[in-house]
Amino acid sequence: MIGAEFVALSLPPILIGCLAAIACAIPGNFLLLRRQALIGDAISHVVLPGIVIGFLVSRQVSTWPMMLGAGGAALVAVLLIEVVRRAGKLEPGAAMGVVFSTMFAGGVLLLEQSDTSSVHLDVQHALYGNLESLIWLDATGWASLFDMQALAGLPPELPRMAITCLIVTGVTALLWRPLKLSTFDEGFARALGLPVRALSLALVIMAAMAAVAAFDAVGSIIVIAMFICPPAAARLMTDRLGQQVGLSVVFAAISAVTGYVLAGYGPLWLGFDNSVSAAGMIATMSGLILALAAVFGPRRAPRIA
Amino acid sequence: MAGASHTRNWHRSSAEMWGLGYNAALVATGAGLLGAAAGITGTFLVLRKRALVSDAIAHATLPGIALAFLVMVAFGGEGRSLAGLLFGSALSAWLGLLCVGWLTHATRLSEDAAIGAVLSVFFGFGILLLTVIQSLNVGRQAGLETFLLGSTAGMLYSDALTIAVGGGLATLAALVLRRPMLTAAFDPGYAVATGLDVRRVDLAMMGLIMAVTVIGIKIVGLVLIVAMVILPPVTARFWSNRVDRVVLIAGVMGGLTGLLGALISASAPNLPTGPIIVLTGSAGFFVSLMIAPRRGVLAALLARHRYQRRVHLRQGLLALAHGHPVYERFTLRLLSRAGLANPDGTATDKGRAAAARALLDESRWQILRADPAQEIAASHYDGLRPIETVLTPDQIAQIDTRLAPRPLT
Repeated sequence: MIGAEFVALSLPPILIGCLAAIACAIPGNFLLLRRQALIGDAISHVVLPGIVIGFLVSRQVSTWPMMLGAGGAALVAVLLIEVVRRAGKLEPGAAMGVVFSTMFAGGVLLLEQSDTSSVHLDVQHALYGNLESLIWLDATGWASLFDMQALAGLPPELPRMAITCLIVTGVTALLWRPLKLSTFDEGFARALGLPVRALSLALVIMAAMAAVAAFDAVGSIIVIAMFICPPAAARLMTDRLGQQVGLSVVFAAISAVTGYVLAGYGPLWLGFDNSVSAAGMIATMSGLILALAAVFGPRRAPRIA
Repeated sequence: MAGASHTRNWHRSSAEMWGLGYNAALVATGAGLLGAAAGITGTFLVLRKRALVSDAIAHATLPGIALAFLVMVAFGGEGRSLAGLLFGSALSAWLGLLCVGWLTHATRLSEDAAIGAVLSVFFGFGILLLTVIQSLNVGRQAGLETFLLGSTAGMLYSDALTIAVGGGLATLAALVLRRPMLTAAFDPGYAVATGLDVRRVDLAMMGLIMAVTVIGIKIVGLVLIVAMVILPPVTARFWSNRVDRVVLIAGVMGGLTGLLGALISASAPNLPTGPIIVLTGSAGFFVSLMIAPRRGVLAALLARHRYQRRVHLRQGLLALAHGHPVYERFTLRLLSRAGLANPDGTATDKGRAAAARALLDESRWQILRADPAQEIAASHYDGLRPIETVLTPDQIAQIDTRLAPRPLT
């Protein structure tokens, strides 16, 4: 397992999965504490119309137009949720449900109506991604990690995901105090003169960025699961925000690695020929971690109101 | 038997009237009944502010569908029985619902986090099982993916019948249970006082939502079925403030959405049923959001505009009464359009009369507001309301006796 084949076939997807999971889990912590956990769900649904429009406008399956479309759709969705919530005086959950189901339905209809049969663009891909196909053909062994020529052949998702992860980590570190203050006590943060609304928007944009970049590599199941499960599990382990974010990163990475390995090699160990969906397995692993935390976590008990 | 074949022939002829296949007509009927049930039940879910629980239920059906397929194949079937698949999906949806409840009550996670966690994990596990099924290469597995986005193409007669009958039963149950559900959702305290078991009513509501979801996933798909539960109630809310009417409007709205959506989808190729039903429903929502009387956006804008005009008109008249010409453009335009002011901002004869009336009204109000004994009547003062609408002529005459000694300008 640990050889040239591993470096070429398994290392890049594992790394990409880890980075995607971590990039989603970090903003997920704050969304969870602000009771906006389902924003991540809404964003990952509206990514579909975004990429379809990006494709229809540019007429090609290239990354940037589609990611721009997805990012644009995410922002439109967030604004629309706010508009619908206020104009219709609805609870946030209902407003979200209205907006994301409408946009997702529009995306599926567009996809059916336009001629995309010749290109690799379908709903299934949007849902489960294609982690297994992100292989590194130029790799011949561990030595390739130091070979510039071979490194140039890495799947482009890897550097893109690494940069996204870096940006998300950097922005979170930079905005740590104001984010923490406005998450736990918005009134106090406002009294201190912090731009509470701008911070809230920055958080949603950060989440959208992570979702769009990760979606391209791994599909929206992992995105939704990683926004919620690792932070939720970490929340049941500790009362300190710093530890919670750290633990959520660890849980996200564990889910990604074990999920990928079990999906890729598990069936072989059991005597079957084919591997199973890595995205599904990663989401399942994150659910198992959450279940363990919910049963054994030291800080699992509900607060007495 | 004869009766059944007679009804069937009658259905067949009415279906041909629509220019549709018999199955398509049956599917449209099923979608309509399902929509009605979803709309009625959804109203109570939205009232309880738990709209997205239905999304968790919907996504949690996937592992059940896959497991039911595997079980049916293991017993030597093809795994295509819709009833069997739906039974499996109901079991795993129930498990998902239990998980949401457990995470919310036994841990400190909030309900939205529990919903998101259950939704993503069950769905992920379901996808995992689908790939397991693919690699096993058994049974007639083509078509399991159609539960994701729904599909009515090539639906069997028995499947369409299952959906239509299920939708009818769900509508009936929703109608029968709507009184207790209403009481429990609107005023739990009162419900308990009247001896209603709120927990059991809640359970029944969730059971109904689950039934609607399970029956609907074949047509609408599990990703989008949440829209059938949320859209009708939030649309109906624009048209009435009375909760019993909202329930009925939501039922009608949901039924129409399902029926129309299914018919539109059957009318041309490349119009997938689920998305078309959802888009029909959201068209209804956004139209209502704009044009509904009182709660709609246009009505609100209009009311704002009307209020603005009244304020400007009143202030302009008061200025004229004090002998000041009006310079402010908007006010001047309003006054001259009503024939109350000349273009230079001075009052016309009609304007002088109106201004005097406005000033008299304002002066009466001032006396009223200065009198502590009249506090309640004075609280109606908003600078616009004529005093005649608040006081009787006798009371006004009494105020007028106190007006005289003070010179007005």
